[in-house]
Amino acid sequence: MAEPERLLVMIGVIARLLRGLRHVAVGASSPVPAAAALVAREQGGGRPVVSILGSESSNPFTDGGRELFDCAAQGRLDAFFLSGAQIDATGAVNLLGLGEPGRMRRRFMGNFGAPYLASLVPNVILFRTDHGVRTLVEKVDFVTAPGVEGRWLVTDRAVFRRQAGRLRLVSWHAGEMAETVRAATGFAFETAHDAGETPGLEAAAAAQLRGPVGAVLREVYPAFAAQLT
Amino acid sequence: MTATPAELAALIPDGAVLALAPDYSGCSLATVRELIRKGAKRLRLVGLPQLGLQADLLIATGCVAGIETAAISLGELGLAPAFDRAWRAGSVSVTESTCPAIHAGLTAAEKGVSHLPLAGVLGSDLIALRPDWQVGPDPFTGEPGLLVPAIRPDFLLFHAAVADRSGNVWIGVRRELMLAAHAARRTLATVEEVAGHDLLADDLWAAGTIPALYVEQVATASGGAAPVGLRGRYGPDRAWLASYAEAARDPVSCKTFLDAWLRDG
Repeated sequence: MAEPERLLVMIGVIARLLRGLRHVAVGASSPVPAAAALVAREQGGGRPVVSILGSESSNPFTDGGRELFDCAAQGRLDAFFLSGAQIDATGAVNLLGLGEPGRMRRRFMGNFGAPYLASLVPNVILFRTDHGVRTLVEKVDFVTAPGVEGRWLVTDRAVFRRQAGRLRLVSWHAGEMAETVRAATGFAFETAHDAGETPGLEAAAAAQLRGPVGAVLREVYPAFAAQLT
Repeated sequence: MTATPAELAALIPDGAVLALAPDYSGCSLATVRELIRKGAKRLRLVGLPQLGLQADLLIATGCVAGIETAAISLGELGLAPAFDRAWRAGSVSVTESTCPAIHAGLTAAEKGVSHLPLAGVLGSDLIALRPDWQVGPDPFTGEPGLLVPAIRPDFLLFHAAVADRSGNVWIGVRRELMLAAHAARRTLATVEEVAGHDLLADDLWAAGTIPALYVEQVATASGGAAPVGLRGRYGPDRAWLASYAEAARDPVSCKTFLDAWLRDG
């Protein structure tokens, strides 16, 4: 995973994207989104409501594993997060494996709820903590979930948003430039005309990460929480 | 009357379709250990909706022919190592799914119907991996829709905190276990303790209780969810889990590690 400073920038970007939403859910293997959602909740005085899979203290569901998915189909879930072994130029994600479907040479954990949530949740934020040419590719080997216009991708190097069918560079983190991001990306992209450096994590958010947010993170993602502090 | 985990394991025949909870729900590791000890074979595991340590242990010891799941992993510790090895060798078949399709399949079984429509998913390559799923126009709206078949496991096996003497089992907020108990033909549970009072007599308990009518057999197993832990009772044994994740990457060290686990428990 990326250096802690880069993870903090990612947390800041995602937390800002979540402002004003009502209900945000965080799925499996998603420590950066979990931290960002909790920061957004602190800053919003308890809104959005945050559901973190695997958490006992930050999970309001009472109807079992299906409730999150029922919420999504009804429009009661505003944002969710997806990563992928591969993310492509259209914003499609591949969580399943590498190689030809049915004859894959490498398999990852599985599709989880992504094939369903990606088409039902209005704000799906893509994230990847190891931005590189093997993870950000022109075309995914397997479409766990297709890309959608307007979708954000937040990595440890940069922020992209899909416009006119392809991801476009919106900002790069401190220490990067458009050229370094391009060299580390496996697909060609345009740069937004107002692109610039990604704003860092606000001091207040950093304090929240050391305080109440860190306490929840240590419950679900102890190794990640230790890395941040 | 409660049984032992070994007696629960004896009820599960080779080749059974066995539904297992993910690591954050309720895992009867005490019974999984007995399944391994008795040399269970050709089990077909269903994840509720994903699989974790229990599945990897059963796969590591050759008990499993296939899995149906939305994912299989050791959570923050990464890929399930024994599964990964078995998948590469082609010795375990995988029916790829997604969380809501498993919930929908179990819900169909719960309602005694053959299938259920499911929102989303169209547009994913997952559809092509599931010839048993049907895509066609919704008869009410005419829009394209997905139908998934009922999932009716032969057995549900889980661990919970409390049962009573009548065999009612309290699961609290872990309602996916309620759904799975409604869907499965037979449900087996281990519990930390058997309460002296009737769980159905008080609504505070009853609302989170699987009635005995769905439960075939309960066994007492204090600490029965270790090393993954049990909500509200004890946490995961992170040192054990990290040791397993490391040892299981190699078949020889995996066997040494698990032989010790089987011997000491």
